Amino acid sequence: MSRLGETVARHEESIRNDWLDSMSKSVQRVDLISSAELREQSHRLLSAILRGVQVDESAQLSGAAWNEVKEILQEISASRAHQGFTPSETANFVFSLKQPLFNVLRKNISNADELFREVTTVTLLLDRLALLTIEAFMATREELISRQQQELLELSTPVVKLWDGILALPIIGTLDSARTQIVMENLLQTVVATNSKYAIIDITGVPTVDTLVAQHLLKTITAARLMGAECIISGVRPQIAQTIVHLGIDLSQVITKAKLSDAFALALQRSGRSVVQSNGTSNGSMSNVLTSAAKEK
Amino acid sequence: MSVLRHEELPLRSSSDVVLARQKVREWTTSLRFSLVDQTKMVTAASELARNTLDHGQGGQMTLEVINGLSKTGLKLIFEDNGPGIKDIEQALKDGFTTGAGMGLGLGGSKRLVNEFSIESEVGKGTKVTVIRWK
Amino acid sequence: MERIPILRMGSFLLITIQVDMHDKLAMQLQDDVTARIAEWGATGVLIDISSLEIVDSFIGRMLANIAAMSRVLGADTVVVGMQPAVAITLVELGMSLPGIRTALNVESGMELLYRNSAMESGVGDERSQA
Repeated sequence: MSRLGETVARHEESIRNDWLDSMSKSVQRVDLISSAELREQSHRLLSAILRGVQVDESAQLSGAAWNEVKEILQEISASRAHQGFTPSETANFVFSLKQPLFNVLRKNISNADELFREVTTVTLLLDRLALLTIEAFMATREELISRQQQELLELSTPVVKLWDGILALPIIGTLDSARTQIVMENLLQTVVATNSKYAIIDITGVPTVDTLVAQHLLKTITAARLMGAECIISGVRPQIAQTIVHLGIDLSQVITKAKLSDAFALALQRSGRSVVQSNGTSNGSMSNVLTSAAKEK
Repeated sequence: MSVLRHEELPLRSSSDVVLARQKVREWTTSLRFSLVDQTKMVTAASELARNTLDHGQGGQMTLEVINGLSKTGLKLIFEDNGPGIKDIEQALKDGFTTGAGMGLGLGGSKRLVNEFSIESEVGKGTKVTVIRWK
Repeated sequence: MERIPILRMGSFLLITIQVDMHDKLAMQLQDDVTARIAEWGATGVLIDISSLEIVDSFIGRMLANIAAMSRVLGADTVVVGMQPAVAITLVELGMSLPGIRTALNVESGMELLYRNSAMESGVGDERSQA
């Protein structure tokens, strides 16, 4: 153990007190975190750092000795991100440990070269640790954003029951692979829950259909077929039809209809049902008018 | 990245493949993966374990729970000292035919996981590593 | 050795797979199905996989084999009850099992088998083919 490890180990408590005392208001943020919690975080982090320094003084952070520190920092960064700290505030929490450590080193090391070396090591170490907090902060934000995106995805692909055993799935927007997963899960679960044999996937709201989108659609249709449900694609616009032919996409195994109403009619027919116009009631409904008009001819 | 849990399982017989499936199921359940993700991971494990047994002449599977930056994942490593794969690129392309072919199924397994890497040397063996993040 | 039971329902066979099959069990099932079809003159095979949480390429090929062999012996095969997660995974794996008929559950599977065997024996069906 070098001078650094040994020196800081001896003075852990005074370093910690010095650190807490010297923390500026912006690092303390009493509005976001209680002083008890702050003390606890400082205590845990400092002990772990000192343990790391005693084992590995290269300040490289790559060895196993630093895993504990990294985990604690990750935890602190993530919880602070949720509490509303800015990434700079959390980084400054780490940076503010420099001065107390420098003070202790200066008091205990008289040789100028040695002092310079140890101060450099401490500087590098704390700089790297502070950078870790920033990365952890960003990762937490990214995770939050992707979770929100996921929720949005799930909300934007509803599955509607048109009739007994017939479902409709209007897709609005682009169909990428993430969306396809949601679509498949939603659709298949609804197929099971409603015992539906037919699912109409309406793509009126899908701006472009290229080979990738076609693949995604085919995946969905295949998965439904494996379960025993049949898919009909509707809402195929003329431009989409042209693109499909130009790209050479093979949809010969898939039933496609231009309009949702046609797809619905087909599903009804295939499930053995038909729509019958009733003879009308005595309050002069439209059908009466039509029937009598026909008679007059 | 740190390793939170680690276990090794031999793959020497077809009942070991069943055990491997069950083990991966256990771990994905306790990690609370979604049902679809669990199914994908267990199925990938089944494919790769079977490969290790059938083409690698037996080997072992290692399970690890790993921690990335604010995400947890399950890592599976399939290793054998078998004949190795001559053309990895081709093996990855080999999908499944309608069921008559005996493709190595590597391409399919790759699509079931988030990260996939394979090392193989003819005459030495093969090592496939897959990761599924939560 | 343990075997998957095969039930007889009229001229159909009903197989419910509930266990995580190891390879030998799967091969045994293939043998048993073909034997029973020949023995009982079955014209339809219904395989219920609603309890199967994992279908990998081996099981997928087993199902395809059973369907193909049954067809040669003059019987139709319908696989019913595939779980959503399984369907999604199979599709991702690249298996679409094209030669296999599927239905949502045992009831619709039976209906499919009845209709097919009725059509094959020449009895007309007014409804359009599903």
